[in-house]
Amino acid sequence: MNFDKELDARGLNCPLPILKTKKSLAELESGQILKVSSTDPGSVKDMQAFAKQTGNELLSSAENNGEFTFLMRKQ
Amino acid sequence: MENKKMALIATKGTLDWAYPPFILASTAAALGYEVQIFFTFYGLQLLKKDLSGLKVSPLGNPGMPMKMPFGPKWFKGINWNIPNAVQSLVPGYENVATTLMKQTIRSNGVASIPDLRELCQEAEVKMIACQMTVELFGFDHSDFIGGIEYGGAATFFEFAGETDICLFI
Repeated sequence: MNFDKELDARGLNCPLPILKTKKSLAELESGQILKVSSTDPGSVKDMQAFAKQTGNELLSSAENNGEFTFLMRKQ
Repeated sequence: MENKKMALIATKGTLDWAYPPFILASTAAALGYEVQIFFTFYGLQLLKKDLSGLKVSPLGNPGMPMKMPFGPKWFKGINWNIPNAVQSLVPGYENVATTLMKQTIRSNGVASIPDLRELCQEAEVKMIACQMTVELFGFDHSDFIGGIEYGGAATFFEFAGETDICLFI
């Protein structure tokens, strides 16, 4: 899927992936998509919770060899 | 989502206890909460301009795992459990423990306290220093970072009474 901005949060642990996601989303327009890469296993649940509580939509969440990739659409 | 509110009281001033208030505050702010932290007693250490003085002590801290942050995996897994009696005799022990803790934190990609505090301020977390304990410990406003307020317990309660989450750390 296409994305408008990419955030590399690999090597960072809680709460940085969420904090940086929030910061990156702030730079997008409504409807644009942010791709986030992370190595923090906790970020899977965190991204779901973040999407649920902020109203941004988590389009996909995937794991590949310890690396997690998320696509989030800005509300 | 209507604006949820969270208030924290930060009373501890060691490196390990510096993390909970800043992590909770920054995460809550990222989730859209309005957050205020009231720093009192030793929590005031977290508002100092220079945070390099934050230390952690394993002395009398039986819950703290003592593992080396370097070396091969089997070495890192050893819990050194040094008895209090030995710890109290070795000069500079706390500094060593603090340095190792900071290294562990850094190598695990966890943010440093100065970074976390800055993220909180960027996220407009309101930080209030307890004026009474500032005077009590002989601190001066110039010891602390800018952008904070000074108030008493009643100031804190004005916001705390309306919160969804209120925590004492």
